[in-house]
Amino acid sequence: MPSGNVHQAVGEGTIMSHMETSFYQQAAQAELEKIRSAALTPRARMAITVQDMPCQDPEVRRHNMQEVAIGYTREQAMLEAERCLQCKNAPCVAGCPVKIDIPGFIRKVKEGDFTGAGQVIKQTNLLPSICGRVCPQEKQCQLPCTVGKALGGVDKAVQIGRLERFVADYEREHGLQTVPHAGPSSGKRVAIVGAGPAGLTCAVDVRREGHDVVVFEAFHKAGGVMVYGIPEFRLPKALVASEAGLLESMGVQFEMNFLVGRTRKLSSLLKEDGFDAVFIGTGAGLPKFMDIPGENLVGVFSANEYLTRANLMKAYEIGKAGTPIYPSRRVAVLGGGNVAMDSARMAMRLGAEEVRVLYRRTREEMPARAEEVGHAMEEGIIFDFLASPTKVVGDDKGKVAGLEVLSYQLGEPDESGRRKPVPIRGSEHFVPFDTVIVAIGNESNPLISRTTPDLHVDRHGHIIVDEKQKTSLDRVYAGGDIVLGAATVILAMGEGRRAAAAINEVLQ
Amino acid sequence: MLDCGITQTGVFMKTEHRIVSKRQLSEEVYRIEVLAPLVARERKAGQFVVVMYDEEYSERIPLTIADADPEKGTVTLIFQTVGASTHKLALKEPGDSIVLLGPLGNPTHIEKFGWAVCVGGGIGLAPLHPIVKALKEAGNRVTVISGARTAELLIMQDEMNAVADENIVVTDDGTAGRKALVTVPLAELCAASPPPDIVVAIGPPIMMKFCAETTRPFGIKTLASLNTIMIDGTGMCGGCRVSVGGATKFVCVDGPEFDAHQVDWGQMMSRLGAYKDIEKEAHEKCHLEMSIKQLEKERS
Repeated sequence: MPSGNVHQAVGEGTIMSHMETSFYQQAAQAELEKIRSAALTPRARMAITVQDMPCQDPEVRRHNMQEVAIGYTREQAMLEAERCLQCKNAPCVAGCPVKIDIPGFIRKVKEGDFTGAGQVIKQTNLLPSICGRVCPQEKQCQLPCTVGKALGGVDKAVQIGRLERFVADYEREHGLQTVPHAGPSSGKRVAIVGAGPAGLTCAVDVRREGHDVVVFEAFHKAGGVMVYGIPEFRLPKALVASEAGLLESMGVQFEMNFLVGRTRKLSSLLKEDGFDAVFIGTGAGLPKFMDIPGENLVGVFSANEYLTRANLMKAYEIGKAGTPIYPSRRVAVLGGGNVAMDSARMAMRLGAEEVRVLYRRTREEMPARAEEVGHAMEEGIIFDFLASPTKVVGDDKGKVAGLEVLSYQLGEPDESGRRKPVPIRGSEHFVPFDTVIVAIGNESNPLISRTTPDLHVDRHGHIIVDEKQKTSLDRVYAGGDIVLGAATVILAMGEGRRAAAAINEVLQ
Repeated sequence: MLDCGITQTGVFMKTEHRIVSKRQLSEEVYRIEVLAPLVARERKAGQFVVVMYDEEYSERIPLTIADADPEKGTVTLIFQTVGASTHKLALKEPGDSIVLLGPLGNPTHIEKFGWAVCVGGGIGLAPLHPIVKALKEAGNRVTVISGARTAELLIMQDEMNAVADENIVVTDDGTAGRKALVTVPLAELCAASPPPDIVVAIGPPIMMKFCAETTRPFGIKTLASLNTIMIDGTGMCGGCRVSVGGATKFVCVDGPEFDAHQVDWGQMMSRLGAYKDIEKEAHEKCHLEMSIKQLEKERS
């Protein structure tokens, strides 16, 4: 695709020319030597260059599945760590859903003690290589960072996520991963339903207490959204498998291809199979559609379907994979979240000639991680802001021919102060596409609630829990997207952790 | 406490879904019996499973459960080699393990309707059998219409004859039973007085569509079991969606059975054909590879 298309994109994507890792490395080394000559004042720390993430060249990576972000070098990590002011009140920790001792681990990085840094993180987060990659840090730990605030922008904050990733990768690459210790057997048994981020986090924490843990997973691989949804180029699957492997080393058992509610009822687990508590972390898992005409035409996919084919089922390995992927030339992605970005970038890698993201609002309102939007723009994804389809138009064979798109403009600010998108009357126009990917979120999967009569759910089907993640049923807890609706990996982990604490308390 | 699938202490075993027997019913149709104690125990008529021939590259294949033996802890699956994936599944032998998830979908609603007519076409006779059995057990009079292209492809006849009150056989070429389409005897039965109380049709989409058209003028409630494209089979992907009475439904969690008079058959069939070109290519390649393997085997 000509680079001209990139600039056609609406929004202020500042697109930098691509730099190789060696460039960042040399610059970091030189700066590190310079600052090491004297004690640093806070002012001097804030003057240190924010370390960019070395990435694959956009021109190259948009044709491959390898990870986009390459990771900091040692020197980059140590230099970035020097930017941290070690604030006493640590506002960053308050912004972290699992309360990692952020200044603590950064201090170790600064000292070059990467193993020590890993140990600090592992006290509260067992899956740092995943969180370092997929957390929306700019809305969490990095948002209240003192450095970022002083320098006038969250993009200038200490790059906590990148440091976390560096530490986790260092550990794994050097074979330093340690298996968390499982306490002496308590004789109690906990069932975890769903091997996604919430379930895996909960499993670790209850296993630590010495309880027997069995994780039930409907798919043939553990990881939930981390294996079916988030693409290889953003979160390598080998890494998820390695983290799940750690759980097995801790003695957590996995029952794959097991659908609680169908293969066995939740109540049977408690009443007949001797489980003392159950945690439900089944995820969102029921895709939403736009509810516009033509949505069942051939060529319209939920992002879940498109990404599952590509990721979990490996449809990109054409010739090897049994699962086919739809051949696309012109792709429309509907939505503005991370899943929309993943779908668009996946479609590009699977050979589409043009991929456009249609979003009803503007870039500022997009819920996707800033870095993903930037990466997508660099890769040539086109963004049509203030646009939303009114119908999918089909050809005589029942296949997608295009979208009828309605344009919007920003109107008066609403109660929240944001300017509301208002449709421009009569602006409907036809745009040709052969593929439409709907990435507007998920509803909750009804399977467990339908087969578990007394489990209370709200009108969206989300399981209702108290502040300790306990459901309406005795000894049954829930967390993650089945409670929150479509949220993030880290929020799911936070809920899994909270549920584990409550389970450990009642099983004492 | 279950006697199989769970050890005495109540801990689940890593369930290995081993093929315990395999039989070729016709050139393209295979019957396998797979060890799956919990599924065998839980499944009801009308439900299906998703299988994979391996964990790495296999497609997820939805197959309706033809029978189950809770004592032996096995489920019986009957499938036709229609594409590369089912071909690879057919290469599995007794002793081999496959991936199996289930039982999925909603069970058929069984009650005493009075007179039930069950229409099965080709491979559809396999999933129809447990429904015939369940309807019979609920006290219905059950007439089966068994249809196939040719006598060689007519399956489950001993089983059907054993449970049904009547079994009307039709083939396209007249090599067994009447030379007719299933809709011919179906129309005759619908015209009887009193008419059937319910019709259940399972087979190729085109057959189910025409069964629906046949019963529609008589106003007889007609159910069809849809076998759409699916990935997870648990509601997560939406690939199986169909329009039923103008509303979008997911076959995996809302079905697989729907009111045949309400299904948008044209849309369902075009969605089924979404990957036709790719699948044809893969199937031909698979065929070729199998022939080469066969040749090599013969030579050595």
